[in-house]
Amino acid sequence: MSVDGRADVRVARRRDAEFLDCLREIEPVPETLWVLGRDLRALGPCVAIVGARSPTPYGLEVARGLASDLASAGVCVVSGMARGIDAAAHEGALAARGATVAVLGSGVDVPYPAMNRPLYERIARNGTIVSEFAPGTRARKFHFPRRNRIIAALASAVVVVQAARRSGALGTAGLALDAGREVLAVPGDVRSELSVGPHALLRDGAKLCACAGDVLDGLHLELIRPAGQDPKRSCPQEAAVVRALAAGPARADQIAARAELDHPAAMRAIARLEIAGIVARGPGGVYRRREIGGA
Amino acid sequence: MIARAESVALVGMDGHRIDVEVSLAPGLPVFTIVGLPDPSIQEARERVRAAVQSSGEDWPLKRVTVNLSPAHLRKAGSGFDLAMALGLLAAAGRIAHERLREVCVLGELSLDGSVRRIRGVLPASIVASRAGARAVMVPVANAREAALVRGLDVFAVEHLQQAVRFLRGECELDGVPPAPPGSGSALDEPDLTDVRGNSTAKRVIEITAAGGHNVLMIGAPGGGKTMLARRLAGILPPMTEREAFEVTRIHSIAGLLSDDGGLVDRRPFRAPHHSGSTTGLVGGGSGMPHPGEASLAHRGVLFLDEFGEFRREVLQALRQPMEDGGITIVRSRWAVTYPARFQLVAASNPCACGHFGDSLRPCVCAPGRVMAYQERLTGPIVDRIDLQVEIPRLARGQLFAAPEGDSSATVAQRVAGAREVQRARFGESGAASNAEVRAADIERLCLPTAAARAVLERAIEGLALSARGAHRVMRVARTIADLGGEEQTGSDCVEEALGYRVLDARE
Repeated sequence: MSVDGRADVRVARRRDAEFLDCLREIEPVPETLWVLGRDLRALGPCVAIVGARSPTPYGLEVARGLASDLASAGVCVVSGMARGIDAAAHEGALAARGATVAVLGSGVDVPYPAMNRPLYERIARNGTIVSEFAPGTRARKFHFPRRNRIIAALASAVVVVQAARRSGALGTAGLALDAGREVLAVPGDVRSELSVGPHALLRDGAKLCACAGDVLDGLHLELIRPAGQDPKRSCPQEAAVVRALAAGPARADQIAARAELDHPAAMRAIARLEIAGIVARGPGGVYRRREIGGA
Repeated sequence: MIARAESVALVGMDGHRIDVEVSLAPGLPVFTIVGLPDPSIQEARERVRAAVQSSGEDWPLKRVTVNLSPAHLRKAGSGFDLAMALGLLAAAGRIAHERLREVCVLGELSLDGSVRRIRGVLPASIVASRAGARAVMVPVANAREAALVRGLDVFAVEHLQQAVRFLRGECELDGVPPAPPGSGSALDEPDLTDVRGNSTAKRVIEITAAGGHNVLMIGAPGGGKTMLARRLAGILPPMTEREAFEVTRIHSIAGLLSDDGGLVDRRPFRAPHHSGSTTGLVGGGSGMPHPGEASLAHRGVLFLDEFGEFRREVLQALRQPMEDGGITIVRSRWAVTYPARFQLVAASNPCACGHFGDSLRPCVCAPGRVMAYQERLTGPIVDRIDLQVEIPRLARGQLFAAPEGDSSATVAQRVAGAREVQRARFGESGAASNAEVRAADIERLCLPTAAARAVLERAIEGLALSARGAHRVMRVARTIADLGGEEQTGSDCVEEALGYRVLDARE
């Protein structure tokens, strides 16, 4: 059935086949879902990745890498399309050409936040957009806890990457526990406020998530390594830089120290890798690996 | 009765010799000053009258007329006070006219007759010397700078009475001891070893110094951007005597010279605040335009912290000095040019809260605002910046770590070597350093190898480098080659330079 506004918006009522059984495992069970993009039945196992809207580069990196690895392993990545961790999760899944679902707190035809419109368009084309709110509905503050319950319903496991003490991501984790889903948390820097949420979850018994394998273990799935570029480069200095970045993104001086290269030599190797598209320079002069799956 | 004293009126860095003519005529005792004086000179009447009386001389009960000639030049300031007082006393027959004609007189009077320091004594003395004067009479506080002019006798006076007695031949004046050479010793210069961690930043500062480049530093407050900028001035090669003389002239006009200082032999470091006006930055102001911060940083470092917070029009005004090495201020009657050849160090937070890209603290800016903030780091001034470096906040424990890396003196030696190579290569081409190589001359003067060109072309493809960006990378690569003592710019130099390229927020 199609709806006015966007011709490709579908409705999934409780009796429809696209209204997945897992959606009945939460309280209150949604009456209707509006769906845009790929069929919900074709998604396969789903994992939610949620977290802070103002993350650090570390959080963005982990969320993106995790999503990309999970998507490569055939897992669908569910998130809320908020800025920060949510957006990074969708990006990671899309980059790995995997499945992804964005659950919105607005109508499925209303990209929110507006700055994520390009991401919204990509998800609409290559993934699925879902909402409990009728098309045309604008995002309201009280919509988000309701939206989070649908994220928890769709996912078999929820991974929290960076969350401050009072983060919506922790709400999602709580709803997921209520629905009997697995909750995982990515540890962070103990000095960062954004680690308070995940660390609290870990203390309470959440599973530690350091890589996609930790998530897949619980889902009885195996990590499929994508057939990407070979990280081993012919040049030993480039190889040293790539190895240095395996421990996480770093600035040029940190890379030089980790790779035990003198500064100009490290800089040259980084430039060659940057031109080759293997590393990228981000805010704060921090370099990171581009294909996380291959490492 | 008419007497003449000589003085100097400055117009920017130059000036004109002025005849201060004083006539005493019978009539009601009034005191008039003619010859295009501006209001600040009219006030001299009160100072001169009080100072003469304080010196124990009688004020002549005559009609006193002072003419400052040539009369078409506008004169300003308090520097004619002493010349007027001495001219008046000569006209009254209290001192010998001939003695007075032998010196050029500069100085302001206080009501009690003491002679106070004025600005611009060095350039004024140069003008006097060129106009044929053999001696200048200056305030004691300005004696050292006047003494920098070769072949000029300096009479330093503290009080009007002392000047009068000297001209009457009743006393001698103490000679001016020459300024101790190198008064700005390298000892109190901050050293590069004080900078902990961040070998990238140190390398960038060295390249910046070696190639005369401008640099953009991005980082949270407290990362040490100011610290690094200050050290840049310390590793630049020492100024030649001519350069030091230029700098001293400008600082003399701005009144920045200290009593005991002779030649300014340390490269200036100026750090104007971002709330400053265009006039403050490039000079101007009412009356005779005064030099701005850009000119005070001549031959040194101009550090603009919070670069993004400077108003656009203020930054726009820096365009001319960055292109021509000087600032011309045009007024209805004259145009004044102050030199302003400086190295720009622009520093900025990555965003309004300062934590964008920080590994520990989250950035609390709305994402759109981060973009808007970085958008401000674009424009014609940033286009003239060749290098960019990120300065992270120091990690805990780094602050009190042992000194590390090369000392400023070691780095300065390498920098001086690289500058020497550049001078030899450029010869008559007009460029003084790699940063000044014009786009059209890059191929000819930077001498890239075929491999270096290939790397740059791949970078243009792979990193979306603009043509202008590629030129900047090539200039920096040339400096890296000069530091390494290489004849040609190799691919390794280009690769390293790519790591320091300026990221354009517009791309």
